Formats: sequence, structure tokens, C-alpha cells
Amino acid sequence: MVTCTGCGLLCDDIEVVVENGKIKETRNACRRGAARMRGCMNRLSPSVNQKPSDIKNCIRKAADILRNARSPMLFGWSNSTCEAQLKGIQLARKLNAAIDDTSSFCQGILIEKVLQKKFRTCSLEDIRDKADVLVYWGSDAQDSLPRHLSRFSYFPRGESRQRGYEEDRIAIAIDVRESNTAKICKGHFYRIPLKGDWDFILALMDALSGKVPSYDSKKMLELASIMKKAEFGAIFLGIGLTYSIKEDFDILQKLADMLPNINIMPMVGPYNMRGFNEALFKETSFVNRVKFDGKASHDSSYSIVEALRNKSIDTLLIVGSDPLSSLPRSAISHLANIPIICIDPCVTLTSRIASVTIPCAYSGVENGGSAVRMDGKVVELTKILTTNFPSDEEILTRLTEAL
Amino acid sequence: MVTVMELYQLLPRTNCKLCGEATCMAFAVGLLSRKKNISECTPLLEENFKKQKEILESLLLPTKGAEETGMIVHPELCTGCGNCVVACPVDVANDPHGAGIGRAPTNDKVIFKVVEGKVVASNIKECRRFGKNRVLCYACIDPCPVGAIEFV
Ligand code: SF4
Ligand code: SF4
Ligand code: SF4
Ligand code: SF4
Repeated sequence: MVTCTGCGLLCDDIEVVVENGKIKETRNACRRGAARMRGCMNRLSPSVNQKPSDIKNCIRKAADILRNARSPMLFGWSNSTCEAQLKGIQLARKLNAAIDDTSSFCQGILIEKVLQKKFRTCSLEDIRDKADVLVYWGSDAQDSLPRHLSRFSYFPRGESRQRGYEEDRIAIAIDVRESNTAKICKGHFYRIPLKGDWDFILALMDALSGKVPSYDSKKMLELASIMKKAEFGAIFLGIGLTYSIKEDFDILQKLADMLPNINIMPMVGPYNMRGFNEALFKETSFVNRVKFDGKASHDSSYSIVEALRNKSIDTLLIVGSDPLSSLPRSAISHLANIPIICIDPCVTLTSRIASVTIPCAYSGVENGGSAVRMDGKVVELTKILTTNFPSDEEILTRLTEAL
Repeated sequence: MVTVMELYQLLPRTNCKLCGEATCMAFAVGLLSRKKNISECTPLLEENFKKQKEILESLLLPTKGAEETGMIVHPELCTGCGNCVVACPVDVANDPHGAGIGRAPTNDKVIFKVVEGKVVASNIKECRRFGKNRVLCYACIDPCPVGAIEFV
């Protein structure tokens, strides 16, 4: 049994058949997981200024660049082990650098609230064993965390939910479109207009406090009554909701406070985004967007998007992420102006424009370590194949020494 | 899917018991659940039943690409989510501590498994849609959001 690093569920019941140093077949992993196990399309090779080099020289070059940087940023992290993430935070501290991860334009803000204990939350096993009401809000779990419904939330029989999903559980979807998850929630799909989450929350709070909601009152009262009657419920908050209600998350907290039997759980896509958020939170009490200079300061200007827009960074070290393909247009133009050091197992759009590329082992397949599941449980990763590539943790260690 | 009634209409309907069943209707049920073979009804082999026998054979022919029981899995649609693995009542009964609680199947008695990211069906004779006490089960079709499982 090995662990899949295809998404934030970190399924640890995967079987693999290894033949001639390669994974020949995977069992129990979903399609996304099976693809992740297969590895890169194109393996990254070491290079300096687009010319082939060796890893030792690349690390030396990267150290030179970082030593000369006045305002470097270290970015990526959600596809690295906890061990590599810790090394990255130490390196940022040593360099007085800014550090940010992909959660800064994703679920970081919700994870922060969970870590600050502002929301009542629980484990995925609790949900499997006890949950009777499941709300997928702005989240197409079926697509982004393919085994969420089958392993933990809707379909499995749990300790106190022995009669299965048909009788023991109600699944509800709130979304702007009929996603695959919404299709499963059939009779309990609440379609909302684009950016309509805010009004929906207000109407739901009205219904919960016995007022007649201004909006779709019949369906709202029905939903409020299901939620009130829940013995043990969960609301899974997806990126759709996060984007829609932007910075004003107090309203979610108010809603949560009205529902004492319902837990709040942010959905996390990348396999170890939560790991990075927890590690940085432990060290600085912030989950992302931090700048070190003796102390740690937190500001939205230290987010990758803002920093690139404001051209306030002069060097970027990227570990296991591809900002050129994932960031908004307005942010990426500055990437062409600054030296980029790219540590990644695979060729990415960003690696093609990097000054230094350092290939690393493919985590969860070629190196082990640990990672934090979307609900906070620490899961061990397995080394399945041997490789000559050093892990990203090892590269960061050697880079720190070279400085 | 062909019904018992359709099959029954094509049999000699004499209840002669030569097939070992008490009635032609019982034989039709046996045919549908693949427990009986057309050739076991010897009267049907006579010349005057030739046409009916041919129709029966064509009705009972497994559909192209389908398992003997009529199940078709469309691997190009399947995302390997495992909903069907966990929802199928046969899988729950045969593997209560594996598939039944959402984990990977722990034995080979289950109907569904995910291999290379896609579902593969085996032990299909165990499916509740077949056999003597068959029921029209939808427990693998309904939880599949992409329509990757079909019965024909
Ligand atoms: S659900 Fe996620 S962790 Fe589980 S097998 Fe699929 S990709 Fe891997
Ligand atoms: S042998 Fe044929 S005709 Fe006789 S009872 Fe069986 S099915 Fe009917
Ligand atoms: S029809 Fe029912 S018993 Fe048959 S495979 Fe599907 S879920 Fe299982
Ligand atoms: S057949 Fe459907 S329910 Fe079963 S694993 Fe594939 S996509 Fe999921």
C-alpha cells in the first residue's frame, strides 16, 4: 500500500505493480491519481541560462543569484513534502526573503481561520463515521478530489451510518453550475447566480432564525430545516465560494455559529498545501504572504500576485509550481524581467524561462516524507522507485549550505 | 433489456417439463438469468419452432462489448472515483471492511475495482440484476456522474 499525492485526500490504500524500475500498474487510485503516479511527461534537466549543466553547478549558480538578490521571493510549496517546506521556510528566514505559496490565491484564508480555531472542524474519518448532512458549497469535489464522496463523505458506510447513503445521508450542492457533484446531489441542488453566495448566506441565516428569507423562500426554509436537524453535518467550502465572498469571511463565521452541529472544512486541491500553511503558521502565525527581516511580517503585498504586479521582487525561487501557467496575465509580465530559479521534477512553462533549473525527485513516488491531508491529518508518503535525482528537500539543504 | 415475458412468448408454452423446469415460464426465467440454455428445451429444436428459436437466440446474444450479463463499462468516461465500488450492495456485502467503508477492496469477491484509474468489473454473475432473486438495482448507475456504467 502506498500513498497517492494526486490531491489533498492523500489516499493511502493504493497498490502499485513495479516492473523494471517503473510503475506498470496502479490499483485503487482514481484517474487523476494514476496519472500522477505515472510521473512527468517531460523530465526537467539541469541548466544554467538555458544551457545544459549539472546539479552541483546549478546549485552553485542559484546560490550566487540569491546572494545578490535584494528582495527575493520563495514560492510554490504545495507539491512538496513537509520536510522540504520546513527547509524552504528556514531558507527564507536566512535570506530575509518573502515566502508565499499557492494558497495565497486559493484556500489560504479559510485554512488560516481553521488554524485560528475560528471554525468548528473535524476529521474526514469523523465525517465518514458520523455525518448525516453534507454540503458541497462552491466545490466540485467529484472533480477536484475524486474519491472524496466514495472514501469519506457520501457513499461509505460509517460506524453510525450503517444503512448507507440512500437512507442515512443527505448530500447538498450549492453552486453556480450543475457540476458532477451537483448531479449526485440530485434533489438537493441549489443553483445560485454568479457571485450569489453572499445573498444566499443572508437568506439562509434568515431562514435559520425563523424569518422569511427574501430569496427563494420555500427552498431556503427546506435547506435550513435539514441543516438544523443535522446530528453531525459538514460544509465543504470550495474555491467557488472563496472567490465569490472575497475578503469578507466574517459572514461565514456567523453562519457557522448558527449551526452548532455542523463542521466547516475547506477543500484543498494540491496534496500538501495545508502542510505548508500549518508549518508557516506555527513559525509566524500566518499561513502565507510573509516577509522575513529579523521578524516575520504579513501583508497582501507579499502575495506572489501583488509582488509581481508591483514589481517589488527581484528574484524568484520556485519549488514545484508553475506560476507562468497559473497566474493572471497582469502578474506574469514581471517574470520575464527577473532571474528565476526553478526546482521541479518536470518541465513546466515557467522552467522554460528560468535562469537556473534544478531537477528533483518526484515526491510521493521517488522520495518519501510526510504531508498534511486536507483535514489536517499527517500522512506518510512512500518512496516507490529509486532515482538519482535528489529530493527538493536535499536540494534546498545544499543550496542553504552553499550560501 | 429483454424481459421474461418476451422470452416466454417465444417458447412452445406446453409446460411439457422436458427442460427440467415445471413450466415454460420458469424456463424463461432460467434463460434470462443464464442458468438455462436454449438447447435444453428439446421441443424448440423441432422444425416448426425454427423461426422462434432464432429470435430467442438473437435476444439472448450478449450485446457487443457487454459482459455476459449485459453490463457495459465505458472506460473513456470513467474517472475512477470509486463511487460504484463503494455503493454496489454486492461489494458492501462481500467486503464490509474494505469497499463497504470506502477503502480499497480487500478481496476478490467484489464486482468493481479500479485499475489504472478506471473501473473494471468482474464476478458479474453476483450482480443483483441476475440470478433467481434478481432485482432492478441501480446502485452503480445512479452514483456515477459521468454515465460510465450501463446495462443493455
Ligand atoms: S482522490 Fe486524490 S489522493 Fe486519492 S487517488 Fe485520487 S488523486 Fe490520489
Ligand atoms: S421443455 Fe420447452 S416446452 Fe417444455 S416446459 Fe420446458 S420450455 Fe416449455
Ligand atoms: S446493478 Fe447493483 S448489484 Fe449489479 S453491479 Fe450494479 S450496483 Fe452492483
Ligand atoms: S464507473 Fe462511474 S462511479 Fe464508477 S469509478 Fe467510474 S466514474 Fe466513478
